[in-house]
Amino acid sequence: MRNPLNEKITAIKPSGIRKFFDIVSEMDDAISLGVGEPDFDTPWHIRDEGIYTLEKGRTFYTSNAGLKELRIEIAKYLDRRFHLQYDPLKEILITVGGSEGIDNAFRAMLDPGDEVLIPQPSYVSYEPCCILAGGVPVIIELQEENQFRLTAEELEAAITPKTKMLVLPYPNNPTGAVMEKSDLQAIAQVVIDHDLYVLSDEIYAELCYLEEHTSIASLPGMKERTVVINGFSKSHAMTGWRLGYACGPQIIMDQILKIHQFAIMCAPTNSQYAAVEAMRNGDEDVAMMREQYNQRRRFLIHEFERMGLKCFEPFGAFYIFPSIKEFGMTSDEFATRLLREEKVAVVPGTAFGDCGEGFLRISYAYSLENLKIALGRLEQFITKLRAEAEQR
Amino acid sequence: MREKILTFIEKNSRVDLHDLAVLLGVDEQMVINELEAMEAEHVICGYHTLIDWDKTDVEKVTAMIEVRVTPQRDMGFDKVAERIYNYPEVNSVYLISGGFDLMVTLEGKTLRDISTFVTDKLSTLDSVLSTKTNFILKKYKDHGTVMAETSKDERIFMTP
Repeated sequence: MRNPLNEKITAIKPSGIRKFFDIVSEMDDAISLGVGEPDFDTPWHIRDEGIYTLEKGRTFYTSNAGLKELRIEIAKYLDRRFHLQYDPLKEILITVGGSEGIDNAFRAMLDPGDEVLIPQPSYVSYEPCCILAGGVPVIIELQEENQFRLTAEELEAAITPKTKMLVLPYPNNPTGAVMEKSDLQAIAQVVIDHDLYVLSDEIYAELCYLEEHTSIASLPGMKERTVVINGFSKSHAMTGWRLGYACGPQIIMDQILKIHQFAIMCAPTNSQYAAVEAMRNGDEDVAMMREQYNQRRRFLIHEFERMGLKCFEPFGAFYIFPSIKEFGMTSDEFATRLLREEKVAVVPGTAFGDCGEGFLRISYAYSLENLKIALGRLEQFITKLRAEAEQR
Repeated sequence: MREKILTFIEKNSRVDLHDLAVLLGVDEQMVINELEAMEAEHVICGYHTLIDWDKTDVEKVTAMIEVRVTPQRDMGFDKVAERIYNYPEVNSVYLISGGFDLMVTLEGKTLRDISTFVTDKLSTLDSVLSTKTNFILKKYKDHGTVMAETSKDERIFMTP
């Protein structure tokens, strides 16, 4: 029989977190700090709108690009929150989550052999999607001493004549790092000098605790070089609705639209109507959730400091990325033992790239009570490890 | 800062003050000072516990009584409100816009307690024109908190 499979997809490693599921399935009282989605329910007025549209029988396809009403609301929102101006009819496409936008952008922009710079640690799908689109991922290993920000020097050093695109994943999952306006200005200069394009994944844009999020597309000369990915999952606690959007110059968006048209048809209609409500009346919910995340963030930083666990202060998303290098274990070993011995699940930093070795991703999309219990167990674990180390 | 402290303790007044200072990113002494100042100024009027009495063996009846009154010269509604809220069995008194004037909530052990209060005490006040007593049958949500069991975390245990 012939090999039924595609070489590229066969060569891609499956996600490294699967084995933790197997361990957890044998436990009944494990607690998790491993989730990458908000703990809040979608605000009721948004869910109510979803229910209402079902009652009205709005269950048909929308246009490929998405409800016009929603695209207009998104254009207003991007302007009011991030000073981005997009034409809702030509430059905004509603996608099935931010993930679809990432995939489509690679497929619309890359030719075989084009190099894509991907800073890591970062979200798991950039590298595989880039490979599947025929691109060549070139990893930039971000440094803890730079607070996992991308510097102009690091970028410059990775550029070759084949480099076409830079992925800019900020605010960052898993590190919680942000790029401030001045950081982005330096990056934009390099991008323009080398005639590159940027895929800016801004899905966590609403969760910034230092200064308001700046989109690189809002800097002079960058709009025409940038595809911005955003969505409702993190900002409005709408992960399961599977709704995001991509914005960019029309020349790129026209091609992205074709891929979306043939592969997807349109994003879920029900979710799109709910999202209109989220855009019109959701700013307060977002602010409320941001405040709660920020409180938990401060709490975790304080606790890690108290435990003497080395950690830079993250200012975005809902993750914290402490170093466990003092224990002389790999991230995977540490996470496995922590789960087996203290029943706390965290994601090893290596799930987000090899340079995540020596770190853990801890999510604070949990209630304070839950965080306290989990941190109590974590402290017990590291106290035990330090005692073991002393006996040796 | 006051608003942040109040927003937090309105939902959880039992928070450890050290924790509260950490959560809000301020100095603990500052939180203590603000709380004391707000207590002195009666911005904070008390620290209560939200209890679902239905889950206990204690029998309680709660009524919401709509009261129409004649306002008094120079005093408006304040004087008659005071006459009513001074009764210890009265839980709350609000001045209301619309079809009636005062909303009085009242707790008693039995229906008879409530009816005695309404007929003997409330209705006999000079300025009370009429009353309408509504008994609470079930409390679904109180002070922003849903009384039913909270739902459990259904998220997948680990996601990238």
